[in-house]
Amino acid sequence: MMDVAIVGTGLHPFGRFADKTAIEMGAFAIRAALADAGVEWKDIEFAFAGSYEVDNPDAVVALLGLTGIPFTDVYNGCATGASALTLAANTIRLGDHRLGIAVGMDKHPPGAFGADPRLYACPSWYGEVGQFVTTKFFGMKINKYMHDYGISARTLARVAAKNYRNGSLNPNAFRRKPLTEDEILGSPYLNYPLTQYMFCAPDEGAAAVILCPAEDAHKYTDNPVYLRATTVRTRRLGAFEVHHPWLPIEQTVGPTVDASRAAYEMAGIGPEDVDVIQLQDTDAGAEVIHLAENGFCADGDQEALIADGATEIDGPLPVNTDGGLIANGEPVGASGLRQVHEIALQLRGRAGDRQVPGNPKVGYTQLYGAPGTAGVSILSV
Amino acid sequence: MSPERPIADGIFTWPADDPQLIGSKCADCGMVTFPTQGSCPRCSSTAMDEHLLARRGTLWAWTTQSFPPPAPYAGPTGEDFVPFGVGYVDLGDVKVESRLTENDPEKLTHGMDVELVVVPFRTDEDGNEVVTFAFRPVE
Repeated sequence: MMDVAIVGTGLHPFGRFADKTAIEMGAFAIRAALADAGVEWKDIEFAFAGSYEVDNPDAVVALLGLTGIPFTDVYNGCATGASALTLAANTIRLGDHRLGIAVGMDKHPPGAFGADPRLYACPSWYGEVGQFVTTKFFGMKINKYMHDYGISARTLARVAAKNYRNGSLNPNAFRRKPLTEDEILGSPYLNYPLTQYMFCAPDEGAAAVILCPAEDAHKYTDNPVYLRATTVRTRRLGAFEVHHPWLPIEQTVGPTVDASRAAYEMAGIGPEDVDVIQLQDTDAGAEVIHLAENGFCADGDQEALIADGATEIDGPLPVNTDGGLIANGEPVGASGLRQVHEIALQLRGRAGDRQVPGNPKVGYTQLYGAPGTAGVSILSV
Repeated sequence: MSPERPIADGIFTWPADDPQLIGSKCADCGMVTFPTQGSCPRCSSTAMDEHLLARRGTLWAWTTQSFPPPAPYAGPTGEDFVPFGVGYVDLGDVKVESRLTENDPEKLTHGMDVELVVVPFRTDEDGNEVVTFAFRPVE
């Protein structure tokens, strides 16, 4: 399979921007990625754009130039960014085009996501009684996981505190104020055992990534990042997933495990080779579970690993070095490409105050969300 | 007393002294679903028969809902909102997600015995009392 390189990334800060539209943030991220790659918009041969709130994010061409390129809009839940990246990489591999962009943008209203349950193959009453709530699923999943594997609430607080601390080092982050573990544990429960400060919030932002065949990469940059694998998987029967009024008795692993295993196989790289990690931390518990689901430790080992600082920027398993979703929030369409942007900065040695020491060579990203969709990518220099 | 109506038809037997949830069972592979559905998520068969679920089970996973859910939630909000427990109950041939009558984390444990009850949920625009299903801990 043809190797694909990332030669430019760009980001519009994540947060709240009352006077900006999602499209404007998308254009900002694209221009930043173009400048990073040293190319112009007219050089871009195709694009994929992801958004939840914007029906037609390809309208960004109005702000960049109407060049007539094939431009396809993608929405795939919380795995939208991974899907746009996968489709862009595959378009390069098909050989039709040699320079393309994946962009994600969103601008969500405040508060937990609401939707019509029928659009998720759930009955209306499931929403009326108050069970069609994503945060409730995350509460149940980590509560059971803590019971099964001996994880403490203190560990959840350590994860959130680490992500706020990393966010304070990231000028593009939404939440830049460090919080203590006790402040996190003492905030109100939203869904036991998860407190308010253990959750990410929907917000606004955009990110973009420019791709080309690996053999072209040095035309654009001296330090490209190679996309070694990108995968998307959905839940199988028996996985414990969000928005399910019932589950079968039989159990199986979640889509993250399937996407992760497929990505390691595609890349010929194992979890022991990974130097810097981005995981979906919709809540602090999700980061704990995803450490194991992506092969970085065994179930239950997180308790000691996190207490020992293993997932800190200077630890052996640095996770969410830019603050993750907890500090950046989740503009759904942009979130996955924000992860790739951060890994590219880390692998190119450009992450500033939050740079992982020792010249990291291999990075990993994972997305997970409703209604049971996961995306993984593996990158290397 | 105001007239009662279930939150939806066909999800539990009502009125009934000992109400039961109404699911489906696949005639081809035995898969049980809740609520009813016309096709099997395991083997894709469309031969699904109505199947009444057990009234008692064990709590498999649980949390609390401590803030009023976003739309289309139709229950009490603001000062009238009461946090509620929610969990999956293992009924032997299927696990059903349900409200719990208990909302105190100190009183909920994985594996505890629970049974089905029908409880008041809200009063609708026509003055009917809307009832829904929930599971309550068994002493």
